[in-house]
Amino acid sequence: MSSAGTEVTSSDYIKHHLTHLSSSPQTSLVDFSVIRWDTMFFSVLTGLIVIFLLRAAASKATAGVPGRFQAGVEMLVELVEDQSKSIVHGNRGFIAPLALTVFCWVVVMNAIDLLPVDLFPMLAGLMGIHNLRPLPTADLNATLGMSFGVLILVLYYNLKIKGIGGFLHELVAAPFGTSKNPFFAVLLAIPNFLLNIIEFVSKTVSLGMRLFGNMYAGELIFFLIALLGGAWAGFGVGSVLAFLGHIVAGSIWAIFHVLIVLLQAFIFMMLTLVYIGQAHESH
Amino acid sequence: MEIAGFVALACGLIIGLGAVGACIGIGIMGGKFIEASARQPELMNALQTKMFLLAGLIDAAFIIGTGIALWFATANPFKG
Repeated sequence: MSSAGTEVTSSDYIKHHLTHLSSSPQTSLVDFSVIRWDTMFFSVLTGLIVIFLLRAAASKATAGVPGRFQAGVEMLVELVEDQSKSIVHGNRGFIAPLALTVFCWVVVMNAIDLLPVDLFPMLAGLMGIHNLRPLPTADLNATLGMSFGVLILVLYYNLKIKGIGGFLHELVAAPFGTSKNPFFAVLLAIPNFLLNIIEFVSKTVSLGMRLFGNMYAGELIFFLIALLGGAWAGFGVGSVLAFLGHIVAGSIWAIFHVLIVLLQAFIFMMLTLVYIGQAHESH
Repeated sequence: MEIAGFVALACGLIIGLGAVGACIGIGIMGGKFIEASARQPELMNALQTKMFLLAGLIDAAFIIGTGIALWFATANPFKG
């Protein structure tokens, strides 16, 4: 973590914690040759945990008096089912389980943020890995990847329900409408098409960046609070105050962050349902 | 003025202006929610779910801005 003989400054500490475990350094803003192993590992790991837990609940489910675990999972499924029933008007056989998976996966991924900041990097350091960022949703690639997945599903449902002709017609006819006169039809088609493209792009980008921004800011504040605790310099007044401040601020922020973790996962799930539900409606 | 000064100013503006918009928006929405709960207390639970959802959406642009500003403040990409 520190180079031999020199002290670790606070900006070094934060920079170390903000560096991903990449396959190669990133040379430009969009560089597809770089793979961030820590994001991949933790997102797959949390996905497997979610699948394992939900499958355990499903396979041990009894029709009699449920245990607490089964009751908890049933409450979760009922919550997602209620939301999906009111938003998506169509066949929800695939969409409701998708929403459940998204919600559980994002909650478990976000919950990694609540573990101590130095825990995973220290364990990784023991294995010889120098940089590790354990929180996958604080990586823009992971959240944009998920929202691209939602975009692909939205396009798929648009094509499936409206057909290719209907979908293309809606691209050039909504929201301003079209007209019989071919000149006016073309005149209206251009702003319609632009608005539709902007709508798709902004929905996808905002979905990904909202989750990223929340988790990144939360994680960074955890780093800054850890710096407060790391400023220990013997039992002087400043050090003790910093230590107490670190405990108080850390507790308050961790409690608030629990709300943010659940809320952001809920928002991601709701917006997934809303966007797919919009694909089911026609104008 | 050097780059670090400009970056610090930029971070302050991003966070401050974002906070103004987000707080005013949440204040207006919260006021409407309380008003609606006072008129129809039976709708309070249903509206609360929607209120949290809207709070997350209103905060989105502000928190994206805060994330970017914190990134500039700590791992400054503008050096050199």
